[in-house]
Amino acid sequence: MKYIDEYRNPAITQQIINEIKHTVTRTWNIMEICGGQTHAILRFGIDLALSPEINLIHGPGCPVCVTSVQKIDQAIYIAQQPNTILCSFGDMLRVPGSQTSLLSVRGRGCSVQTVYSPLDTIRIAVQNPNKEVVFFAVGFETTAPANAMAVKKAKELSLKNVSLLCAQVLVPPAMVALLSDPYCQIHGFLSAGHVCTVMGYHEYEPIAETYKTPIVVTGFEPVDLLLGIKKCVQLLEQGKYEVQNAYPRAVKREGNIPAQRLIHEVFQPCDQHWRGLGVIPNSGLKLRPEYAEYDAETKFDLSKNEGLEHVSICIAGEILQGKKKPIECPAFAKQCTPENPLGAPMVSNEGACSAYYQYTRHNNAQQ
Amino acid sequence: MDNNFKQPLSWGCPIDRVEYGKIVLAHGGGGTLMHQLIKHVFEPAFANPFLQQHHDSTILDMDGIHLAFTTDSFVVKPLFFPGGNIGKLAICGTVNDLAMAGACPMYISVGFILEEGLDIRTLQKIVDTMKYEGDCAGVSIVTGDTKVIEGKSGDGMYINTSGIGIVRQEPPPSPFQIQPGDHILINGDIGRHGLAVLSAREEIHFEPPLESDCASLGTIILAMFENNIPVHCLRDCTRGGLASALNELAQDSQLTFIIDENQVPIRDDVRGACEILGLNPFYVANEGRFIAFIPQEFVSETLQLWKDLEPESIPKDIGVVVDNRNTPVILKNTIGIEVSLPMLSGEQLPRIC
Repeated sequence: MKYIDEYRNPAITQQIINEIKHTVTRTWNIMEICGGQTHAILRFGIDLALSPEINLIHGPGCPVCVTSVQKIDQAIYIAQQPNTILCSFGDMLRVPGSQTSLLSVRGRGCSVQTVYSPLDTIRIAVQNPNKEVVFFAVGFETTAPANAMAVKKAKELSLKNVSLLCAQVLVPPAMVALLSDPYCQIHGFLSAGHVCTVMGYHEYEPIAETYKTPIVVTGFEPVDLLLGIKKCVQLLEQGKYEVQNAYPRAVKREGNIPAQRLIHEVFQPCDQHWRGLGVIPNSGLKLRPEYAEYDAETKFDLSKNEGLEHVSICIAGEILQGKKKPIECPAFAKQCTPENPLGAPMVSNEGACSAYYQYTRHNNAQQ
Repeated sequence: MDNNFKQPLSWGCPIDRVEYGKIVLAHGGGGTLMHQLIKHVFEPAFANPFLQQHHDSTILDMDGIHLAFTTDSFVVKPLFFPGGNIGKLAICGTVNDLAMAGACPMYISVGFILEEGLDIRTLQKIVDTMKYEGDCAGVSIVTGDTKVIEGKSGDGMYINTSGIGIVRQEPPPSPFQIQPGDHILINGDIGRHGLAVLSAREEIHFEPPLESDCASLGTIILAMFENNIPVHCLRDCTRGGLASALNELAQDSQLTFIIDENQVPIRDDVRGACEILGLNPFYVANEGRFIAFIPQEFVSETLQLWKDLEPESIPKDIGVVVDNRNTPVILKNTIGIEVSLPMLSGEQLPRIC
């Protein structure tokens, strides 16, 4: 299949693995931002094939993992209101808030509907004119254009019964937060190809320069990931702190300008609370005042949902920060499994712990 | 870029422990949760040697005659999907469970649970399909039951079936017959049924439409016995897909299976749809696919036999059985790296971004 097979070609992957081996002279900690990349790395066994000097650490780019407890409590509160349909991507359903999860309240009869696109919410709102339909808008810059499109569509159709519970997050401020930590161990970044398809990569250039950290725009197939790693290792070995694009078939420096226009037309930056991390300035998106009627936070009284986080043995925070690997957690694959997750990274399909569990790195650890 | 985030990060634990005091959808997903339910609730209550067979059907000894006995329930939504409907699934599923135990399917019972408001024409259409599929597979529907329940949606219908058949191979194929050196064969491409149902349920349209592979496997299995192919084990790759079937058998047989991903047939349209949705086709349900464990010397004969019976299909030799290596199923992937292919945990969900 075109665009897949050539990027999973064993001869090419082996060649790049060898090139990396010949380039690397010391240990480098390289963080892939995106949870989708983490899963691809583990699924294809790229971590097993690379030289031991390359330490891939897994970043916070999992929208499910970083959505705050407060937002989840708000979504659950909305789902529990009469004549309301809460629409969400399936992954969010299992993440518990402070008391319960969307999946549990659905089991108790609340109307929680899994959707595959924010535009499904518009269709559901049209089909259910007597119900309030709320979309739980999570995700990084990748999901923002479609969410913006849904809001515009609602306005075009003059729908009064649809709104967004907005938990959008942005990558660059999170990278700045990670790099500003005095204990930061990250030498280089693979930035998320999907996010850059929308946003381009010019906004990463000042970060690479300021924090003396190379950033390589990287795709998701084995050859893409290995090319990204190779470029990052080359930059590190040469002491160059710049942004390079290893995913040019999808990403342009300026990104997708119509999509960016759409985002800026509907949303504006806001401070956002990241689960386990706290508030990062300007790291989220909220609806602009002219779209306020589509903001679930103005339609529903959500003030009582404080969403306090619990304390347990889970080390999700350190894992999201890349300071520890999932197998270093005492609870990993013991008390904490995808069926009984102690932390959000074990819940989500894009979480690092779930990836380690699914691709059974714990077996390797035991051997 | 402004940097007003100078504090060291203090990452806490994101969530508290999830309680599974109640049944959730994933308990029915064919993965780890369902196996826990069986292990902790059903097996302790019903424990007997028959349940220890760990197979699609139980083999019963009735005065020297070996009968295979199975039951299954069908709750698919929507009732109709490209390539079939709930009635076709019920008959094929039951026939296949019997065939996998090495039996010639004979008699089936059908229990209908109908929601108030269901259109009788819909029911008629499904019943007609069941009659047709039963005739094709050579089984008779010999007893039945009907119950009506209050329904929210007004279009709900569930079917429970039981089936019996006479065992045609001794010893019957079973997970405990699998031996190191056996080859693992699959009778065709994987992933179509799950995607066909998903596309009908979620109204995700593919061009051309993906059709379910739903089919009765009785004929193809019996042909193997008639040709004296020593079949060590058979398993249909339904819920949880090929990966779950492999894992169940690897665990029961206490052996390791090595699968060559390049040999597993997946149609381009299925691969494309899975890539778009972020699904792994190894975990997507099938209704007409099975794996057979065969000694090496019978591999080409078996593949040829299958091809003769189903010229459209692409049967393949996808892997081998080796001694236990601690990992139940090892996948030699498309880039030549050996990774674990584990049991599905939780539900398979499309990725967000």
